[in-house]
Amino acid sequence: MSHSLSEIWVYLSATPLLGLTLTLLAYQAAFWLYRRAGFHPLANPVLLSVSFIAVLLLVTGMPYKTYFDGAQFVHFLLGPATVALAIPLHAQWPKLKAMAGPLVIALVAGSLTAALSAYAIGALLGASRESLMSLAPKSVTTPIAMAVAESLGGLPSLTAVLVITTGILGAVGARYLYRLLRIDDHAVRGFAIGIASHGIGTARAFQVSEQAGAFAALAMGLNGLLTAVSLPWLLPWLERLLGR
Amino acid sequence: MLGALTLLLLFQLIGEVIARALALPIPGPVIGMGLLFLALLLRGGPSEELRTTSGTLLMHLSLLFVPAGTGIVLYGDRLAAEWLPLTAALLGSTALAIAVTALVLRALMRRRETPRASGEARP
Repeated sequence: MSHSLSEIWVYLSATPLLGLTLTLLAYQAAFWLYRRAGFHPLANPVLLSVSFIAVLLLVTGMPYKTYFDGAQFVHFLLGPATVALAIPLHAQWPKLKAMAGPLVIALVAGSLTAALSAYAIGALLGASRESLMSLAPKSVTTPIAMAVAESLGGLPSLTAVLVITTGILGAVGARYLYRLLRIDDHAVRGFAIGIASHGIGTARAFQVSEQAGAFAALAMGLNGLLTAVSLPWLLPWLERLLGR
Repeated sequence: MLGALTLLLLFQLIGEVIARALALPIPGPVIGMGLLFLALLLRGGPSEELRTTSGTLLMHLSLLFVPAGTGIVLYGDRLAAEWLPLTAALLGSTALAIAVTALVLRALMRRRETPRASGEARP
Protein backbone atom coordinates (compact mmCIF):
# COMPACT_ATOMS: atom_id res chain seq x y z
CA MET A 1 0.00 0.00 0.00
CA SER A 2 2.59 2.52 1.09
CA HIS A 3 4.76 1.34 -1.77
CA SER A 4 2.11 2.09 -4.39
CA LEU A 5 1.33 5.40 -2.71
CA SER A 6 4.93 6.49 -2.98
CA GLU A 7 4.94 5.37 -6.62
CA ILE A 8 1.95 7.58 -7.27
CA TRP A 9 3.76 10.41 -5.50
CA VAL A 10 6.84 9.91 -7.66
CA TYR A 11 4.68 10.03 -10.76
CA LEU A 12 2.81 13.16 -9.62
CA SER A 13 6.04 14.94 -8.68
CA ALA A 14 7.38 14.40 -12.19
CA THR A 15 4.46 15.91 -14.13
CA PRO A 16 3.21 19.49 -14.21
CA LEU A 17 -0.29 18.24 -13.33
CA LEU A 18 0.07 18.48 -9.55
CA GLY A 19 1.50 21.98 -9.32
CA LEU A 20 -0.98 23.31 -11.85
CA THR A 21 -4.03 21.72 -10.25
CA LEU A 22 -2.86 22.76 -6.80
CA THR A 23 -2.56 26.40 -7.92
CA LEU A 24 -6.05 26.46 -9.44
CA LEU A 25 -7.63 24.67 -6.47
CA ALA A 26 -5.94 26.93 -3.92
CA TYR A 27 -6.97 30.02 -5.87
CA GLN A 28 -10.58 28.95 -6.21
CA ALA A 29 -10.81 28.14 -2.52
CA ALA A 30 -9.22 31.53 -1.77
CA PHE A 31 -11.56 33.34 -4.15
CA TRP A 32 -14.55 31.60 -2.61
CA LEU A 33 -13.47 32.83 0.82
CA TYR A 34 -12.82 36.32 -0.61
CA ARG A 35 -16.36 36.44 -1.99
CA ARG A 36 -17.83 35.05 1.24
CA ALA A 37 -16.01 37.84 3.07
CA GLY A 38 -17.76 40.40 0.84
CA PHE A 39 -14.50 41.16 -1.07
CA HIS A 40 -12.93 42.39 2.13
CA PRO A 41 -9.31 43.43 1.40
CA LEU A 42 -7.99 41.33 4.30
CA ALA A 43 -9.25 38.19 2.56
CA ASN A 44 -6.93 38.96 -0.38
CA PRO A 45 -6.96 35.95 -2.74
CA VAL A 46 -3.20 36.09 -3.51
CA LEU A 47 -2.37 36.12 0.20
CA LEU A 48 -4.73 33.21 0.94
CA SER A 49 -3.63 31.07 -2.04
CA VAL A 50 0.07 31.58 -1.33
CA SER A 51 -0.48 30.68 2.34
CA PHE A 52 -2.38 27.48 1.44
CA ILE A 53 0.28 26.31 -1.00
CA ALA A 54 3.25 27.35 1.14
CA VAL A 55 1.86 25.40 4.12
CA LEU A 56 1.22 22.39 1.88
CA LEU A 57 4.79 22.48 0.49
CA LEU A 58 6.26 22.76 3.98
CA VAL A 59 4.11 19.91 5.32
CA THR A 60 4.67 17.49 2.40
CA GLY A 61 8.30 18.49 1.86
CA MET A 62 7.66 19.00 -1.85
CA PRO A 63 10.43 21.26 -3.25
CA TYR A 64 9.34 24.66 -4.58
CA LYS A 65 10.96 23.83 -7.91
CA THR A 66 8.75 20.76 -8.35
CA TYR A 67 5.70 22.87 -7.60
CA PHE A 68 6.78 25.66 -9.93
CA ASP A 69 7.41 23.23 -12.82
CA GLY A 70 3.65 22.80 -12.93
CA ALA A 71 2.60 26.26 -11.80
CA GLN A 72 4.72 27.95 -14.46
CA PHE A 73 1.86 27.56 -16.95
CA VAL A 74 -0.18 29.94 -14.81
CA HIS A 75 2.87 32.15 -14.25
CA PHE A 76 3.36 32.37 -18.02
CA LEU A 77 -0.06 33.99 -18.49
CA LEU A 78 1.27 37.12 -16.73
CA GLY A 79 2.78 38.06 -20.11
CA PRO A 80 -0.41 38.11 -22.22
CA ALA A 81 -2.34 39.56 -19.23
CA THR A 82 0.10 42.49 -19.13
CA VAL A 83 -0.46 43.04 -22.86
CA ALA A 84 -4.24 42.86 -22.28
CA LEU A 85 -4.00 45.87 -19.93
CA ALA A 86 -3.94 47.94 -23.15
CA ILE A 87 -7.71 47.43 -23.50
CA PRO A 88 -8.91 49.14 -20.26
CA LEU A 89 -6.19 51.73 -20.80
CA HIS A 90 -7.65 52.52 -24.21
CA ALA A 91 -11.19 52.65 -22.80
CA GLN A 92 -10.15 55.30 -20.25
CA TRP A 93 -7.84 57.19 -22.60
CA PRO A 94 -9.88 60.44 -22.92
CA LYS A 95 -9.97 60.83 -19.14
CA LEU A 96 -6.30 59.87 -18.76
CA LYS A 97 -5.23 62.35 -21.45
CA ALA A 98 -7.15 65.16 -19.78
CA MET A 99 -5.18 64.54 -16.57
CA ALA A 100 -1.77 63.96 -18.16
CA GLY A 101 0.11 66.76 -16.34
CA PRO A 102 -0.99 65.90 -12.77
CA LEU A 103 -0.54 62.16 -13.48
CA VAL A 104 3.09 62.59 -14.56
CA ILE A 105 3.98 64.70 -11.50
CA ALA A 106 2.22 62.24 -9.15
CA LEU A 107 4.04 59.38 -10.90
CA VAL A 108 7.48 60.87 -10.28
CA ALA A 109 6.65 61.72 -6.65
CA GLY A 110 5.16 58.29 -5.92
CA SER A 111 7.82 56.28 -7.74
CA LEU A 112 10.70 58.00 -5.93
CA THR A 113 8.90 57.72 -2.59
CA ALA A 114 8.37 53.98 -3.04
CA ALA A 115 11.98 53.14 -3.89
CA LEU A 116 13.84 55.61 -1.67
CA SER A 117 11.71 55.10 1.44
CA ALA A 118 12.08 51.32 1.17
CA TYR A 119 15.85 51.74 0.86
CA ALA A 120 16.03 54.25 3.71
CA ILE A 121 13.91 52.25 6.18
CA GLY A 122 15.74 49.02 5.34
CA ALA A 123 19.15 50.69 5.68
CA LEU A 124 18.27 52.36 9.00
CA LEU A 125 17.16 49.02 10.46
CA GLY A 126 20.28 47.23 9.27
CA ALA A 127 19.23 45.20 6.22
CA SER A 128 22.10 43.72 4.22
CA ARG A 129 23.14 45.40 0.95
CA GLU A 130 21.80 42.42 -1.05
CA SER A 131 18.43 42.80 0.64
CA LEU A 132 18.39 46.59 0.11
CA MET A 133 19.04 46.20 -3.62
CA SER A 134 16.31 43.57 -3.79
CA LEU A 135 13.96 45.90 -1.89
CA ALA A 136 14.36 49.11 -3.89
CA PRO A 137 12.42 48.09 -7.03
CA LYS A 138 9.66 46.21 -5.14
CA SER A 139 6.80 48.52 -6.16
CA VAL A 140 6.94 47.63 -9.85
CA THR A 141 5.71 44.62 -11.77
CA THR A 142 7.68 41.38 -11.15
CA PRO A 143 9.65 41.09 -14.44
CA ILE A 144 10.88 44.72 -14.32
CA ALA A 145 11.66 44.54 -10.60
CA MET A 146 13.67 41.34 -11.06
CA ALA A 147 15.69 42.82 -13.93
CA VAL A 148 16.39 46.03 -11.97
CA ALA A 149 17.39 44.10 -8.81
CA GLU A 150 19.81 42.03 -10.83
CA SER A 151 21.46 45.09 -12.37
CA LEU A 152 21.83 46.59 -8.87
CA GLY A 153 23.37 43.46 -7.34
CA GLY A 154 20.26 42.24 -5.50
CA LEU A 155 18.69 38.77 -5.59
CA PRO A 156 16.02 38.59 -8.33
CA SER A 157 14.10 35.71 -6.74
CA LEU A 158 14.00 37.49 -3.37
CA THR A 159 12.76 40.57 -5.25
CA ALA A 160 9.89 38.52 -6.71
CA VAL A 161 8.77 37.64 -3.18
CA LEU A 162 9.14 41.24 -1.95
CA VAL A 163 7.24 42.52 -4.99
CA ILE A 164 4.33 40.20 -4.33
CA THR A 165 4.31 40.97 -0.60
CA THR A 166 4.23 44.68 -1.47
CA GLY A 167 1.33 44.06 -3.82
CA ILE A 168 -0.61 42.22 -1.14
CA LEU A 169 0.12 44.90 1.48
CA GLY A 170 -1.13 47.63 -0.87
CA ALA A 171 -4.22 45.68 -1.90
CA VAL A 172 -5.05 44.94 1.74
CA GLY A 173 -4.20 48.30 3.28
CA ALA A 174 -5.04 50.95 0.66
CA ARG A 175 -8.70 51.14 1.63
CA TYR A 176 -7.88 52.11 5.23
CA LEU A 177 -5.32 54.65 4.11
CA TYR A 178 -7.79 56.24 1.68
CA ARG A 179 -10.40 56.46 4.39
CA LEU A 180 -7.89 58.11 6.72
CA LEU A 181 -6.81 60.63 4.07
CA ARG A 182 -10.39 61.11 2.78
CA ILE A 183 -9.59 60.16 -0.79
CA ASP A 184 -12.75 59.17 -2.66
CA ASP A 185 -12.01 59.71 -6.37
CA HIS A 186 -11.62 56.31 -8.07
CA ALA A 187 -9.12 57.73 -10.55
CA VAL A 188 -6.84 58.93 -7.72
CA ARG A 189 -7.33 55.73 -5.70
CA GLY A 190 -6.52 53.53 -8.70
CA PHE A 191 -3.49 55.53 -9.76
CA ALA A 192 -1.94 55.52 -6.28
CA ILE A 193 -2.40 51.79 -5.76
CA GLY A 194 -0.98 51.09 -9.23
CA ILE A 195 2.17 53.12 -8.39
CA ALA A 196 2.74 51.43 -5.03
CA SER A 197 1.42 47.92 -5.64
CA HIS A 198 1.72 47.13 -9.38
CA GLY A 199 -0.38 44.23 -10.73
CA ILE A 200 -1.79 42.97 -7.44
CA GLY A 201 -2.95 46.48 -6.60
CA THR A 202 -4.32 46.73 -10.14
CA ALA A 203 -6.19 43.44 -9.72
CA ARG A 204 -7.73 44.80 -6.53
CA ALA A 205 -8.60 48.10 -8.27
CA PHE A 206 -10.40 46.25 -11.07
CA GLN A 207 -12.51 44.50 -8.43
CA VAL A 208 -13.55 47.95 -7.19
CA SER A 209 -14.32 49.65 -10.53
CA GLU A 210 -13.18 49.70 -14.16
CA GLN A 211 -12.09 53.29 -13.81
CA ALA A 212 -9.90 52.55 -10.79
CA GLY A 213 -8.51 49.53 -12.63
CA ALA A 214 -7.56 51.47 -15.76
CA PHE A 215 -5.80 54.19 -13.76
CA ALA A 216 -3.99 51.50 -11.78
CA ALA A 217 -2.90 49.76 -14.98
CA LEU A 218 -1.57 53.04 -16.38
CA ALA A 219 0.26 53.82 -13.12
CA MET A 220 1.77 50.35 -13.00
CA GLY A 221 3.04 50.61 -16.59
CA LEU A 222 4.43 54.12 -16.13
CA ASN A 223 6.10 53.28 -12.82
CA GLY A 224 7.63 50.19 -14.41
CA LEU A 225 9.14 52.31 -17.17
CA LEU A 226 10.34 55.07 -14.82
CA THR A 227 11.84 52.62 -12.31
CA ALA A 228 13.60 50.64 -15.03
CA VAL A 229 15.35 53.75 -16.33
CA SER A 230 15.89 55.63 -13.03
CA LEU A 231 16.91 53.16 -10.29
CA PRO A 232 19.97 51.63 -12.01
CA TRP A 233 21.77 55.01 -11.80
CA LEU A 234 19.91 56.61 -8.89
CA LEU A 235 20.77 53.98 -6.26
CA PRO A 236 24.53 53.70 -6.95
CA TRP A 237 24.62 57.51 -6.76
CA LEU A 238 22.74 57.45 -3.44
CA GLU A 239 25.13 54.81 -2.05
CA ARG A 240 28.14 56.95 -2.95
CA LEU A 241 26.46 59.96 -1.37
CA LEU A 242 25.87 58.05 1.86
CA GLY A 243 29.38 56.57 1.72
CA ARG A 244 28.11 53.03 2.12
CA MET B 1 -11.22 33.67 -27.78
CA LEU B 2 -8.50 31.85 -29.71
CA GLY B 3 -7.95 34.73 -32.12
CA ALA B 4 -7.77 37.26 -29.29
CA LEU B 5 -5.34 35.10 -27.29
CA THR B 6 -3.15 34.72 -30.38
CA LEU B 7 -3.19 38.50 -30.84
CA LEU B 8 -2.10 39.08 -27.21
CA LEU B 9 0.72 36.53 -27.54
CA LEU B 10 1.77 38.08 -30.85
CA PHE B 11 2.09 41.53 -29.27
CA GLN B 12 4.03 40.01 -26.38
CA LEU B 13 6.34 38.30 -28.87
CA ILE B 14 6.93 41.55 -30.78
CA GLY B 15 7.59 43.28 -27.44
CA GLU B 16 10.13 40.61 -26.39
CA VAL B 17 11.92 40.83 -29.75
CA ILE B 18 12.14 44.65 -29.54
CA ALA B 19 13.33 44.54 -25.91
CA ARG B 20 16.09 42.09 -26.75
CA ALA B 21 17.10 43.58 -30.11
CA LEU B 22 17.47 47.07 -28.63
CA ALA B 23 18.74 45.77 -25.24
CA LEU B 24 16.05 47.81 -23.44
CA PRO B 25 15.64 47.41 -19.65
CA ILE B 26 11.84 47.30 -20.17
CA PRO B 27 10.22 43.82 -20.24
CA GLY B 28 8.69 42.59 -23.49
CA PRO B 29 5.07 42.36 -22.24
CA VAL B 30 5.15 46.05 -21.19
CA ILE B 31 6.35 47.04 -24.68
CA GLY B 32 3.64 44.74 -26.09
CA MET B 33 1.04 46.56 -23.99
CA GLY B 34 2.25 49.91 -25.36
CA LEU B 35 2.14 48.67 -28.96
CA LEU B 36 -1.34 47.15 -28.60
CA PHE B 37 -2.51 50.41 -27.03
CA LEU B 38 -1.18 52.36 -30.05
CA ALA B 39 -2.85 49.88 -32.40
CA LEU B 40 -6.17 50.36 -30.56
CA LEU B 41 -5.83 54.15 -30.83
CA LEU B 42 -5.24 53.87 -34.59
CA ARG B 43 -8.01 51.32 -35.11
CA GLY B 44 -10.51 53.10 -32.87
CA GLY B 45 -11.00 50.31 -30.31
CA PRO B 46 -10.84 46.57 -29.61
CA SER B 47 -13.09 43.97 -31.22
CA GLU B 48 -15.79 42.42 -29.05
CA GLU B 49 -13.76 39.20 -28.93
CA LEU B 50 -10.61 40.94 -27.72
CA ARG B 51 -12.61 42.85 -25.12
CA THR B 52 -14.18 39.69 -23.64
CA THR B 53 -10.97 37.63 -23.70
CA SER B 54 -8.89 40.31 -22.00
CA GLY B 55 -11.72 40.92 -19.54
CA THR B 56 -11.62 37.25 -18.54
CA LEU B 57 -7.84 37.28 -18.23
CA LEU B 58 -7.80 40.48 -16.13
CA MET B 59 -10.66 39.38 -13.89
CA HIS B 60 -8.38 36.71 -12.46
CA LEU B 61 -5.14 38.67 -12.61
CA SER B 62 -4.56 37.78 -8.93
CA LEU B 63 -4.28 34.08 -9.79
CA LEU B 64 -1.26 34.73 -11.99
CA PHE B 65 0.83 36.01 -9.05
CA VAL B 66 0.36 32.87 -6.96
CA PRO B 67 3.23 30.73 -8.36
CA ALA B 68 5.87 33.47 -7.92
CA GLY B 69 4.48 34.48 -4.52
CA THR B 70 4.82 30.93 -3.24
CA GLY B 71 8.58 31.40 -3.75
CA ILE B 72 8.51 32.84 -0.24
CA VAL B 73 9.15 29.28 1.02
CA LEU B 74 12.72 29.58 -0.37
CA TYR B 75 13.59 32.52 1.88
CA GLY B 76 12.81 31.23 5.35
CA ASP B 77 16.37 31.78 6.65
CA ARG B 78 16.80 35.28 5.29
CA LEU B 79 13.34 36.30 6.44
CA ALA B 80 14.07 34.97 9.93
CA ALA B 81 17.33 36.95 10.05
CA GLU B 82 16.10 40.19 8.48
CA TRP B 83 12.38 40.17 9.15
CA LEU B 84 12.33 43.51 10.96
CA PRO B 85 14.02 45.72 8.33
CA LEU B 86 12.24 43.93 5.48
CA THR B 87 8.76 44.11 7.04
CA ALA B 88 9.22 47.71 8.17
CA ALA B 89 10.57 48.74 4.76
CA LEU B 90 7.71 47.08 2.88
CA LEU B 91 4.98 48.38 5.18
CA GLY B 92 6.38 51.89 5.48
CA SER B 93 7.28 52.43 1.85
CA THR B 94 4.02 51.00 0.51
CA ALA B 95 1.92 53.23 2.76
CA LEU B 96 4.11 56.27 1.98
CA ALA B 97 4.00 55.64 -1.78
CA ILE B 98 0.20 55.32 -1.80
CA ALA B 99 -0.26 58.41 0.40
CA VAL B 100 2.22 60.62 -1.49
CA THR B 101 0.86 59.65 -4.92
CA ALA B 102 -2.78 60.10 -3.90
CA LEU B 103 -2.22 63.41 -2.08
CA VAL B 104 -0.08 64.92 -4.87
CA LEU B 105 -2.57 63.86 -7.54
CA ARG B 106 -5.56 65.14 -5.60
CA ALA B 107 -3.87 68.48 -4.85
CA LEU B 108 -2.94 68.97 -8.52
CA MET B 109 -6.44 68.06 -9.72
CA ARG B 110 -8.05 70.47 -7.26
CA ARG B 111 -5.72 73.29 -8.26
CA ARG B 112 -6.64 72.65 -11.85
CA GLU B 113 -10.38 72.60 -11.19
CA THR B 114 -10.58 75.79 -9.10
CA PRO B 115 -9.48 78.43 -11.67
CA ARG B 116 -12.09 77.36 -14.22
CA ALA B 117 -15.06 76.02 -12.37
CA SER B 118 -16.78 75.15 -15.63
CA GLY B 119 -15.16 71.71 -15.52
CA GLU B 120 -14.13 69.67 -18.51
CA ALA B 121 -16.44 69.40 -21.47
CA ARG B 122 -14.89 66.64 -23.49
CA PRO B 123 -16.71 64.66 -26.10
